[in-house]
Amino acid sequence: MARKIRVLVGKPGLDGHDRGAKVIARAYRDAGMEVIYSGLHRTPEELARMAVDEDVDVVALSILSGAHSTLLPKVVQCLLREKGQSSLDVLVLAGGIIPEEDIPALKAAGVDEVFGPGTSTQEIVEYTKTHLKREVA
Amino acid sequence: MRETSPTRGAGISDQLLEGILRGSRPHLARAISLVEDGAGEAVRLLSHVYKRRRMASVVGVTGSPGVGKSTIVNGLVGEFRSLGRSVGVIAVDPTSPFSGGAILGDRVRLRTHTTDDMVYWRSLATRGHLGGLSRHTGDVIALMDAYGFDEIVVETVGAGQSEVDIMKYAETVVVVLAPNLGDDVQAIKAGILEIGDVFCLNKADLPGAERTRRDIEMMLNLREESGWRPPIVMTQAHTGEGLSELVNAVNSHREYLVSSGLLEQKARQSHLAILNEYLSLLTVEKVLESAQVDGSLERALKDLSSGNSDPLTCASELVKRHLT
Ligand SMILES: Nc1nc2c(ncn2[C@@H]2O[C@H](COP(=O)(O)OP(=O)(O)OP(=O)(O)O)[C@@H](O)[C@H]2O)c(=O)[nH]1
Ligand SMILES: [Mg+2]
Repeated sequence: MARKIRVLVGKPGLDGHDRGAKVIARAYRDAGMEVIYSGLHRTPEELARMAVDEDVDVVALSILSGAHSTLLPKVVQCLLREKGQSSLDVLVLAGGIIPEEDIPALKAAGVDEVFGPGTSTQEIVEYTKTHLKREVA
Repeated sequence: MRETSPTRGAGISDQLLEGILRGSRPHLARAISLVEDGAGEAVRLLSHVYKRRRMASVVGVTGSPGVGKSTIVNGLVGEFRSLGRSVGVIAVDPTSPFSGGAILGDRVRLRTHTTDDMVYWRSLATRGHLGGLSRHTGDVIALMDAYGFDEIVVETVGAGQSEVDIMKYAETVVVVLAPNLGDDVQAIKAGILEIGDVFCLNKADLPGAERTRRDIEMMLNLREESGWRPPIVMTQAHTGEGLSELVNAVNSHREYLVSSGLLEQKARQSHLAILNEYLSLLTVEKVLESAQVDGSLERALKDLSSGNSDPLTCASELVKRHLT
């Protein structure tokens, strides 16, 4: 039996919009995954702690506040510290309103992929399934 | 605190055991996943973990959907922490029968102690298991106990009449209710009302609280007399009102269990529950497997669809054939 894939859908920062986060959470659930929803306004430290304690394979961050360039790299750093790893075994994804020109810096900081507002949930789920960093067997 | 995460492969169960005993969160987290997934490595791990149990106190929190269980658990964590106790939380939500996936939303209410090293919160899905918990909740409690938490708090799925497994694992069951469930109190009295050691009437800020309290009181009057009369504690979990009284009630119940000698009986009951879980898992697996191999499962299914037999007869024959 294949093990369950677990996903943390996280809302870093101050924006109070979680429609997008809830849509992607449902899409992951409908793909058979177990989704932990963080709730609004979480700090990078809180999100990293959740990801470790919940033993997730994926951290999917939804951010609309415009603070992605500071918050997302911090989440990655906190994850590395909490897990004591030099390279993460967790797939880190981001979505929301993130301008094209900010993406290279985010990727350099350890975010694995960034999805624009137009991306379909199927596309995100498919990407997730095919880019997991831990074995699913 | 820097921790090295467990790596997969040979010796994973030894690695995890060593990590758990040394207090590494990533190791505890990974171990819980293996146990929940029913992975082969879990067998060896658990065989060691059960010998390292320290006997944490286990509190169950159950009640209908949305009555405030998670908010109360968050409050209990705070109360236990202020007493200097470390806390492990297990929060269970239902798995979707359609996709096999789940949205585990109880963390949304965890607003304090979110990065406290003495608090560990884990969300579990039922994965089709009935009774209000996941199949391996007993094992997850054992893992958290071996890790060294003083208190383990278990939130069940939003429960009604039949989600009463929590009574097998928790020493103290807190049943949470909210006002104006008038008919609801009637409806659930046969189920979760009977397993409550402490009643928590949450949302006491809402109208109708006093009436609901009297309803519960009346229900309790109908219960068989025992040495323990379950107290009713009024709370407003979102403000923290009443939570220290709730912890006092839980502690009083615990003292009662110790002084009456019932604690030992509870432990036996919980061991029996876990044993039961594994016995049914192993026997069902064995019967289905060998019945598939020798074709008797297929024959039974044919007999059932042609109306030549009935399920009870088929099942008895399969058991006789494959378990003896
Ligand atoms: N008015 C009022 N609202 C409360 C109180 N306690 C919790 N709530 C609110 O009730 C709602 C549900 O609370 P939860 O703690 O998620 O309830 P739950 O029982 O864990 O829900 P499920 O796990 O989904 O069954 C939230 O909006 C809380 O803020 C209270 O004492 N008074
Ligand atoms: Mg809840």
